[in-house]
Amino acid sequence: MEELEVKKKIEVRNVSKIFGKNSKRASQLLNEGKSKAEILKQTGTTVGVKNASFDVYDGEIFVIMGLSGSGKSTLVRMFNRLIEPTAGEIRIDGDDIVRMNKEQLRNVRRKKIGMVFQNFALFPHKTILENTEYGLEIQGTAKAERQERAKESLRLVGLAGYEDQYPNQLSGGMQQRVGLARALANDPDILLMDEAFSALDPLIRKDMQDELLQLHHDMGKTIIFITHDLDEALRIGDRIALMKDGDIVQIGTPEEILMSPSNEYVEKFVEDVDLSKVLTAGHIMKKADTVQVDRGPRVALRLMKQLRISSIYVVDKGNRLLGAVTAQDTVAASESGASLEEVLIKDVPTTSSDTVLTELFDTVSTTTIPMAVVDERNHLEGIIIRGAMIGALAGDGQFINDSRTIEEAKPVELEVASNE
Amino acid sequence: MNKLLPRLPFADWIDTGIDWLVTQFGSVFDGLSGFLKGTVEGAVDLMAWVPSIVLAVLFAVVAWLLSTRRIAIFTLIGLLFIDYLGYWHSMLQMLALVITSVVIALIIGIPLGIWGSQQPTAKKIISPILDLMQTMPAFVYLLPAIFFFNIGVVPGVVASVIFSMPPTIRLTMLGIEQVPKDLIEATEAFGSTTWQRLLKVQIPLAKPTIMAGVNQSIMLSLSMVVIASMVGAPGLGEEVYRAVTQLKTGVGFETGLSIVIVAIILDRITQHAGKKKQGGTLS
Ligand SMILES: Nc1ncnc2c1ncn2[C@@H]1O[C@H](COP(=O)(O)OP(=O)(O)O)[C@@H](O)[C@H]1O
Ligand SMILES: [Mg+2]
Repeated sequence: MEELEVKKKIEVRNVSKIFGKNSKRASQLLNEGKSKAEILKQTGTTVGVKNASFDVYDGEIFVIMGLSGSGKSTLVRMFNRLIEPTAGEIRIDGDDIVRMNKEQLRNVRRKKIGMVFQNFALFPHKTILENTEYGLEIQGTAKAERQERAKESLRLVGLAGYEDQYPNQLSGGMQQRVGLARALANDPDILLMDEAFSALDPLIRKDMQDELLQLHHDMGKTIIFITHDLDEALRIGDRIALMKDGDIVQIGTPEEILMSPSNEYVEKFVEDVDLSKVLTAGHIMKKADTVQVDRGPRVALRLMKQLRISSIYVVDKGNRLLGAVTAQDTVAASESGASLEEVLIKDVPTTSSDTVLTELFDTVSTTTIPMAVVDERNHLEGIIIRGAMIGALAGDGQFINDSRTIEEAKPVELEVASNE
Repeated sequence: MNKLLPRLPFADWIDTGIDWLVTQFGSVFDGLSGFLKGTVEGAVDLMAWVPSIVLAVLFAVVAWLLSTRRIAIFTLIGLLFIDYLGYWHSMLQMLALVITSVVIALIIGIPLGIWGSQQPTAKKIISPILDLMQTMPAFVYLLPAIFFFNIGVVPGVVASVIFSMPPTIRLTMLGIEQVPKDLIEATEAFGSTTWQRLLKVQIPLAKPTIMAGVNQSIMLSLSMVVIASMVGAPGLGEEVYRAVTQLKTGVGFETGLSIVIVAIILDRITQHAGKKKQGGTLS
């Protein structure tokens, strides 16, 4: 697929971390396939991360998700060696960071990797501006330039005007914006975010997620985002890695994780996610049956009969949505010799493909004509059928489009009563 | 008991060791002695040269700058009261001894504390020595000090440096170690060097704790002045010592009170200087 063209930003190969003294023996046991609990019992060492291997692509948001203690923080801290890996390679742009000397490592930390922390980790004795400047200050950037860049960074996160305040004068959400601005000021390629939004209350959290997505869209950084919250992972992740007891148990797109959990653990994790907030119109839409407006009532009627549907969408030559006609009206039109245009219902419900299902409930449950999914230029992309929506919300994978292939709507699935 | 194990002659060994040090490094000790004596006496002369009222006002202003107005007023009244009692010069001699020994204690102690906070091995070596330094009766320091530095103010300074240094070292280590782990991680994650981490984050955040150590060092040094007077260090301590040996209760009370006044002034000023808010705090 397209993945072949995407550049690998970070390559993680057989990376393990064992905390404690007897790490040699523990490594050995690890290679023999012993579990974290067994190794703890036999050697007294804690396995933080077990033989992790995966790639992170340039410009993606890679989410690492798992319960508390599953090794997320340990894994992400090995990327900039705040924690030294016990074994393995971590190549960033091809260079193995594990083998770098202090000087090289410091350079990577200064130029390439920014980090945002769960409890913000702002310096309480420094102003917001001084906090934001920190990364540049220690590189020896001239004062005027670093202030300039720090201010720009603060402006990006919407904190212009707070430069002279101290962290404890700001709310949690604002403090984390400072944390983000501080990480962005160095203009790193990679952003490590360890539970960056977990300490924030839900509403602010959602705002921050949106803003992060916006920033990511604008700046195109590679983001490694850690969370224990599946909803958050599904919202912002391009791909998600699921961890359990130091193991990476599955890596995939949000849809893959949701729809084909690779084992029981993932299934459990995914079980109680609110699908209606995750799935979008694009996920459940079916291919629409349409008739071009100049084909006339007879053709439209024939199509409806064949497909056993009671209404059909009418489009122009460029597949732009004009409206819909019902079978009843079309029969009348063909008898009186009127054109399709004359019986066209223009006021059909429409939505865009990225609208989440919660926002569609009301319309879908009341409308008699299936809802149309259109793009910005009013091209008809698909339709939403009530049965598919209910099926998808029940977690039934067959109602969900994977990798954007839209299935033909099968007549049997149609909820709209047939005319016959 | 005594018969079963031969008694090891620890005392003899230590005496021999000290004799050896004195003969080998006599000139070094002489030089050091001259320097310390010069420093203390120079400070006394300088302060005595300024009229007492002017100096009292000057101290009050410093107190105001470093702490509060109330403490400044207390400083002024307290110092003038000591002057009124007639112990001004003795007070200056004591102050010079205390300040000299505390400054030396800080110059040695703060770097040691920083070192201990960075190196677990260093800490393992330093900590038991500190325990020993603090539990050993202060008198014991006087004897070798006399051998090395003769009678006078210098053994007094040396003994009080040793006696007053532990809290500074301990609290410097503590303050630096107390800086939250995620702040350390943040400085590291941005690529700080060890010195950048220390100077830009750890030491500024440890400052209140370090100041608490400085405060304790000053108090311990003050508590040494009477003891130091036994080896001939001049000052208020000497007055107290003489009053006690001559059973002059009234004089003993006056001089004791003067020491207390100085102690309160130094204590309050350093306490406030440590707490004085400079921007944000750890929340
Ligand atoms: N410094 C450490 N020393 C010993 N064990 C640790 C250390 N840090 C983490 N661990 C252990 O490693 C495992 C993974 O921890 P962590 O990476 O913090 O998990 P998460 O971030 O997913 O909650 C846990 O069992 C934890 O107890
Ligand atoms: Mg964690």
